[in-house]
Amino acid sequence: MTPIPFLRRQLRNPRLTAQRLILYIILTAIALLIILPLLWMLSTSLKPKSEWFLPQIYWVPRTFTLDNYQKILDNPTLPIARWFLNSIFVSSMTTFLILVVDSAAAYAYARMEFPGKRILYGLLLATLFLPGIMFLVPNFLTVANLGLLNSYVGVIVPGLAGVFGLFFMRQFFESLPKELEEAAYIDGATRLQTFLYIALPLSKPALATLGIITFLGSWNDFLWPLLILRDRELLTLPPGLRTLQGAYTSEYGQMMAGAVITSIPVLVLYVMLQRYVVESVQTAGLKG
Amino acid sequence: MTTANPVLKTSAASAKRRFDWVPYLFILPHLMFFAVFAGFPFFLGLVISLFEYDFLRPEATRFVGALNYTNLFTSTSVEFPVFWNALGNTFEFVLISVPLLVVIPLGLALLLNINLAGKNVYRAIYFAPWVLSSAVVGLLGFWIFQSQGGLLNYYLKDLGWFTPRWLSSMPWAWYAILIVTVWWTSGFNMIIILAALQNIPATLYESASIDGANSWQRFVYITIPMLRPVLVFIVIITIIASFNLFAQPLFMTNGGGPAQSGGGGATEPIMIRIYNESFVRNRMGSGAAMSFVVAGIMMVISYFNFRIFRTRE
Repeated sequence: MTPIPFLRRQLRNPRLTAQRLILYIILTAIALLIILPLLWMLSTSLKPKSEWFLPQIYWVPRTFTLDNYQKILDNPTLPIARWFLNSIFVSSMTTFLILVVDSAAAYAYARMEFPGKRILYGLLLATLFLPGIMFLVPNFLTVANLGLLNSYVGVIVPGLAGVFGLFFMRQFFESLPKELEEAAYIDGATRLQTFLYIALPLSKPALATLGIITFLGSWNDFLWPLLILRDRELLTLPPGLRTLQGAYTSEYGQMMAGAVITSIPVLVLYVMLQRYVVESVQTAGLKG
Repeated sequence: MTTANPVLKTSAASAKRRFDWVPYLFILPHLMFFAVFAGFPFFLGLVISLFEYDFLRPEATRFVGALNYTNLFTSTSVEFPVFWNALGNTFEFVLISVPLLVVIPLGLALLLNINLAGKNVYRAIYFAPWVLSSAVVGLLGFWIFQSQGGLLNYYLKDLGWFTPRWLSSMPWAWYAILIVTVWWTSGFNMIIILAALQNIPATLYESASIDGANSWQRFVYITIPMLRPVLVFIVIITIIASFNLFAQPLFMTNGGGPAQSGGGGATEPIMIRIYNESFVRNRMGSGAAMSFVVAGIMMVISYFNFRIFRTRE
């Protein structure tokens, strides 16, 4: 916790609380700038049309209404409740599968020796340097050729080829002391058992971190489900918002209601698990 | 009996060499997905880019060699003006957004690195927009910056101030996209810089102070050099992120407006061009060729970034 040098000495000085005050004012001004669009979004979604634009700003709606939500929920061409469930399903499945697939593979790369390991690991590493855009067209064609267009499987499965989770878990497994697993191995445990009953229980923080960041990424993903999902009933929320925008070109209350429905789960998750989210980003960042 | 029993020897050796399949079972699920959706597509993309290929009319598929590539470099082709317009737009966006997305987060991180009560609350708020979907961010941008009936212009007009036609004129449309993007992603870069700042040992600053370094000198000679690796990282990932700009112009300027005389939209980034070429015009061979050219450019930029900053160290 190193304060920046030219302010540190001054802040220790009790006579200089004015400086501290100015600092708080700056920090608060920036915070307001950042948070106001979100508050405004929420507030507009709860206002009747007559109050969407008023010269005087009412943060708390004068007439509180759920009409905007009711309208989009009642609109059969915009099945937003279904989209919400679709998003929940796709994100949960993606998270679950990434955790299973990546931690199993990471365990082998971290703890086992086998012919071809170095070459395979090098191949995985190489893809880190390849821009994702190269895979857009060919992966679309692969999904189409496998008959997975317009299906959740087609949305979920290409993400399992990613290597971030694998590297993340491998690094964590390597930081664990080997002795426990070795002792169990000598006592006759199989490697599946050492993985399931020793390594994984010790990895809960890493799994939580990877799980959160995967869930967020999947929930927010826009381009890929936009390409793969064609039927309106099957859309997830982000591509659904594009449909919503097309349907309500200037009905901002409905549009904001859709944005709120899309954002509430991730914002709640963020507020509840802020420490994990921030840490996951920091560890992901510092590794690079 | 001086020679070892050959039977025993071979069986011992073969036991030793017996194929251990357990590790492969662990990596198999990932390797399978990796092969199908990362290894194979790499080659499929290369192959497709040599064909004229329409997903909806597979019978019309035709081998065209390097034509999809040469088209991008032949000024008389249909693709040439729109491709370079979009790539030029993207370069401009990268050139302006990346410095902002390094300097602003650096400033925020320095502010939050001061020991103040409640700084974790500020940190949480600054980072919050990053957890939103790009679709939500695009929709918010559309609502706020619409030229007619948008939120910002309503209040600007009310105050009697200048009301730019944000999303329908240049350069305002780009400013709007830029503002929205900075709002969305600054917190992410800030969080990473902040972690690096907190890893700088306090003793460095103390000994510098004893040697008479003033605060500016300590910032220039300690903080910046110590942050260099993380700043290189930030620059590289931010360039990549800015290259991938997609949802904001799709929602805010409907994929690249305002229209301009030379063809192609004034805010159309390369991702939207590739999306249109591949999935709207259904010219997937050409789209794949564009992706490979752009990916090549991105890799060259990342490489030089890395080299330049490293040699200075």
